[in-house]
Amino acid sequence: MSAPAPLVRFEGVGKTFPDQVALDGVDLDIHAGEFFALLGPSGCGKTTLLRLLAGFETATSGRVLLDGEDLAATPPHQRPVNMMFQSYALFPHLSVERNIGFGLRMQGLAKAETAARVADLLALMRLEPFAARKPDQLSGGQKQRVALARTLARRPKVLLLDEPLAALDRKLRDETRGELKDLQRRLGATFVIVTHDRDEAMVMADRIAVMDAGRIAQVGTPAEVYERPVSRQVAGLLGEANFIESGGGWIMVRPEKMKLSIKPVKAGDRVFEGVVRQAAYLGDRTSYRVEVDGGLVLSAVSGGRRANIGDKVWLSYAVGDAVMLKS
Amino acid sequence: MTNLFGGTKPSHGEERRLRRVSNHAPTAQGRGFPFVLPPYLWLLVFFLFPFALVFKLSLSHTVLAMPPYAPQLDWRAGPAGMAAFVRQLDLGNYSRMGGDHLYLTAYLSSLKMAAISTAILLLVGYPIAYGMARCSPRTRQVLLLAVILPFWTSFLIRIYAWIAILKPEGLLNAALHLFGLAPLDILNTDTAVYIGLVYAYLPFMILPLYASLERQDPALVEAAADLGCPPWRIFWSIVLPQSVPGIVAGALLCFIPIVGEFVVPDLLGGSGTLMVGRVIWTEFFSDRDWPGASAVAIVLLATLVIPIVLYQRHQARALAEAD
Repeated sequence: MSAPAPLVRFEGVGKTFPDQVALDGVDLDIHAGEFFALLGPSGCGKTTLLRLLAGFETATSGRVLLDGEDLAATPPHQRPVNMMFQSYALFPHLSVERNIGFGLRMQGLAKAETAARVADLLALMRLEPFAARKPDQLSGGQKQRVALARTLARRPKVLLLDEPLAALDRKLRDETRGELKDLQRRLGATFVIVTHDRDEAMVMADRIAVMDAGRIAQVGTPAEVYERPVSRQVAGLLGEANFIESGGGWIMVRPEKMKLSIKPVKAGDRVFEGVVRQAAYLGDRTSYRVEVDGGLVLSAVSGGRRANIGDKVWLSYAVGDAVMLKS
Repeated sequence: MTNLFGGTKPSHGEERRLRRVSNHAPTAQGRGFPFVLPPYLWLLVFFLFPFALVFKLSLSHTVLAMPPYAPQLDWRAGPAGMAAFVRQLDLGNYSRMGGDHLYLTAYLSSLKMAAISTAILLLVGYPIAYGMARCSPRTRQVLLLAVILPFWTSFLIRIYAWIAILKPEGLLNAALHLFGLAPLDILNTDTAVYIGLVYAYLPFMILPLYASLERQDPALVEAAADLGCPPWRIFWSIVLPQSVPGIVAGALLCFIPIVGEFVVPDLLGGSGTLMVGRVIWTEFFSDRDWPGASAVAIVLLATLVIPIVLYQRHQARALAEAD
């Protein structure tokens, strides 16, 4: 890939709060048109990074650049970025329509133009029947769509989404993931999303920055960070993983890459003989916990149901499916 | 119940079943009854009953006796005595009030002073309440305590303290002298009354305002800024509109008692300070005109209650329209 100038660039960004170091030398590029996810456990600094971009926090060190320009001197209300808040932060005294049009009125856009854009967004978000309602008369999913429409209204260079799906129930969350990704692709907009949910990041994002303790642990496509993690933390954050000690380092193998067989396999250094301790049948697959020699418990996933608790099994993996980790 | 069956009228059997069902499932009203009873009882004993007494008194005449009014209700005389009693009541006190300028002037002057002090209270109280709602939890505790602390001292003593501050050779003029400024002669003027009123009622303005401002999601301010709202405008478009219920509550909580306020104008005001509370006091204690004082009090109550009822109706209608 040729390297065009990034839309957003964090350069050695540090942020220290009185009681903690939130960010510790973050370098990160986000390109135009990307769906970019900041993934990490709570307290890893991902929200602080987003708020720095929105202008609600100022960096203790380093620079935040948008289109090559340092944002330090630009207050939040003059930045060409818009944020969708985790609580949605809809204005309770304004109707859906006026909430969505708020940013346009602040821009001083002509009334007719504002009305037209609001109408477009109401249609896009399937909110037309609720245009005159107040936020407290909406369901959770409707509120979420109003918040998204309001964030889109000013056609920002970057859309910041702080845990946009966290307040929805499970079923709605799964549906909305796909819609959000679809919307981003159709608009060709740049989305930066903060999430602690690895499925959310994997399903929606073009690239993921995995964060840990105020640092960027790894940046890559979902496949890269899942299949080629650089550390145990990253591997564990993105899914279940087996860690096998090997000559001062670790070998990581995903459970679905562990081949489970009920017939003896010729012994080798990539073969483990063991006993099934747990077997969770999940319909399309079964997840096994197998205790192998030396007390190590390994996970394996295979289609159908092939072994029961107490059965003797053999686990093996291919060289290409294993990842060497130094830490 | 109208649309339960898509507009068709339920048959007899259905109707009975419905009634039975609704008997089993307690309605909100039914469930709430034991809990709404105490407030109504309270209202009856401490408001409606005394109100009825004062109203009855306002329809009586002054006499030189003890008690200083007639007629007296004699329960032993039975229904005939009751009828005789009612026949002797009249609206004489009210028509006398209508004929005397003093009363109208006193009412208007009270309403004006209450309106001005409420406006000042709002201007002074709002920034304090806003600051309290936005500061750190620990500072907030201290500030809340500071707002409530004056209640630990007698109201009367605190107003007397203002006399010590405002009198010609008092603390204020001593301080002014220290800075080489000319002394002020404020005590026994309307200015002193305004100072006293604002001082005395400030907590009643701050607390409801604080309660409504504190409830606001701080993310709303960030969201407004994010959407291009400059800081000065955030206050007008986001913070202020949402605090309207707090403003109304605070204003009513101050305005209503100030209209009938007696202690502050009596202690700090001059002979020119005309307020209804003082008129009632004078009629009652100096002139021993209990019926006259009662009539003034009833009119005062009516002038205060009617606007509040109208406002509440308006609120209820607005709420119904929102649904």
